[in-house]
Amino acid sequence: MVTSSLAVGAGSGAALGWNIGEDIRQLLALHFMVNAFRAGTIVAVLAGAIGWFMVLRRQSFAGHTLAVVSFPGASGAILLGISATAGYFAASIAAALVIAGVPRSPGGRGYSSESAVIGTVQAFALACGALFVSLYGGFLNSLTGLLFGTFLGISDGQVTTLLIVAVAALAMLAGLARPLFFATVDPDVARARGVPDRLVSAVFLLLLGCAAAEVSQITGALLVFALLVMPAAAAQQLTARPALSFMITIALGLVIAWLGLAVAYFSVYPVGFYVTTFGFTAYVASVIIRAAASRLARSRGLRQAVPA
Amino acid sequence: MPAEHDHAAGGGAAAAGSAGLAAGRQPGSLAVRFDRAEARLGGRTIWSDVTLDVAPGEFVAVLGPNGVGKSTLVKAALGLVPLASGTASVLGRPPGQAGREIGYLPQRRSFDAGLRVRGIDVVSLGADGERWGVPFPGGGRLFASRRAARQRVKEVIELVGATGFAGQPIGQISGGEQQRLLIAQALVRRPRLLILDEPLDSLDLPSQAGVAALISRVCQEHGVTVLLVAHDVNPILSYLDRVAYIAHGGAVSGTPSEVITSATLSALYGTPIEVLSTADGRLVVVGQPEAPARHTDRHADGPALPW
Repeated sequence: MVTSSLAVGAGSGAALGWNIGEDIRQLLALHFMVNAFRAGTIVAVLAGAIGWFMVLRRQSFAGHTLAVVSFPGASGAILLGISATAGYFAASIAAALVIAGVPRSPGGRGYSSESAVIGTVQAFALACGALFVSLYGGFLNSLTGLLFGTFLGISDGQVTTLLIVAVAALAMLAGLARPLFFATVDPDVARARGVPDRLVSAVFLLLLGCAAAEVSQITGALLVFALLVMPAAAAQQLTARPALSFMITIALGLVIAWLGLAVAYFSVYPVGFYVTTFGFTAYVASVIIRAAASRLARSRGLRQAVPA
Repeated sequence: MPAEHDHAAGGGAAAAGSAGLAAGRQPGSLAVRFDRAEARLGGRTIWSDVTLDVAPGEFVAVLGPNGVGKSTLVKAALGLVPLASGTASVLGRPPGQAGREIGYLPQRRSFDAGLRVRGIDVVSLGADGERWGVPFPGGGRLFASRRAARQRVKEVIELVGATGFAGQPIGQISGGEQQRLLIAQALVRRPRLLILDEPLDSLDLPSQAGVAALISRVCQEHGVTVLLVAHDVNPILSYLDRVAYIAHGGAVSGTPSEVITSATLSALYGTPIEVLSTADGRLVVVGQPEAPARHTDRHADGPALPW
């Protein structure tokens, strides 16, 4: 399973035609592709939900680190001959616990003061991953697969694992959502109102670790932001209504994941590239839309202010 | 209670005289009471022998230079900092046990300009932000309590005059507008006591005047007791029922006319301070150390200021 999942860009031999129905039939004819869509769907929903809070909390750097750490986790697991999935989760969750345990500067609201620590750990983790891959020695492609994503050879068992972790993480997030939002937007008042600030942050980092580990398995450790940051960042550009931007985030994540997988199927390049490209496009489009909307509002406001 | 003070005449300080000491100041009925209280942080005495009475419905300011422990006093009232000696009670209970009946506005917190959350969302958090779970969108159509909560949020936003900008991202409105929304947030649960820590800090002069007037209106029209911490007395002086000055470990409290005199303040700060009376009877404190904005003095008798 591991070997096949690392054979990136094998080329499926499929041909993209103008008949969309036929294309979709081709896409879903192969079991591994069905599994890829299942995994992509699960991961997109989880990443969107967790990523929405991550972007709001300005913890993208922590999120990136948790994903990067999953790379030595996975390569180390392969080296030891155990499941790469277990390696992804173990490494990310362990790193989340470490970051949550770093004492925060009093009054500091984010993790900015720890960014040097996080950066140091991140570089070391990448180096360890590279070492594990070269120790394993086998496949030239494995490094690319772990770093830039693959969708080939996702097994039924892997899909089940992704689903269980995602459902558990989403249930936890649902329970945590309102105090987490409070502690994010207005930490001082939240604390005065009895929100257990540190606990909420620590649990959120744990959930972020789960999400980063899941996304890494599709987009690769370096491109997790395609599903973790881009949909949320784009949605938050489009609207400041929390519920609406949350739903847009999930929808965008699904579209990005599905489109990325579909296009990657008909091409020989890594899925991570396509997923990231669609995410990037969504973000750029949302920035343009917001700029246009605010310009329109301003010119309308001017017209009202100066009656003809 | 506030009826005893004629705020509108602007001569509140002088006219009030000893009214603050009138009947009704029994310890049991006070909204906030500190009796010879002392606070220590890290083994160092922050202040000691602080005695302060706030009767229900009063607008009281705790004044003093920066770093003298005013926020510590607020935290002691909230039960977040224990007293080293002396006693305190808040709404008839020990500090920290009147949670839902206190609206608290911490020292100025600024919202990141890039924070894409509307003002109304921040106000709504004042109603139920600490409850676990997810507020499902559209829940207002199903649950009467959600409908009532939403109505209340709308009401307080109107009360603070924020209806026009409550729908905008909070990071993109002015400091004065943010402060109005934060006051609304503190008022959502209909508190009996409003504790505000430096609500006028880093606001421009018109916003300071507007927010001060708003707080006074909340106090008078809605019967909310207000305990406000500030380092600059001038924007709020004409609204105050009582003041407490903390400086260099000691404290003096009383009505503005008792406390805000050149002699008292000079002794407290250990530096010459003048209290001037303007033509219309307002007091202006000059020469206060660490006055945040020198131009306060320059513009104090400008005609545009509404206090």
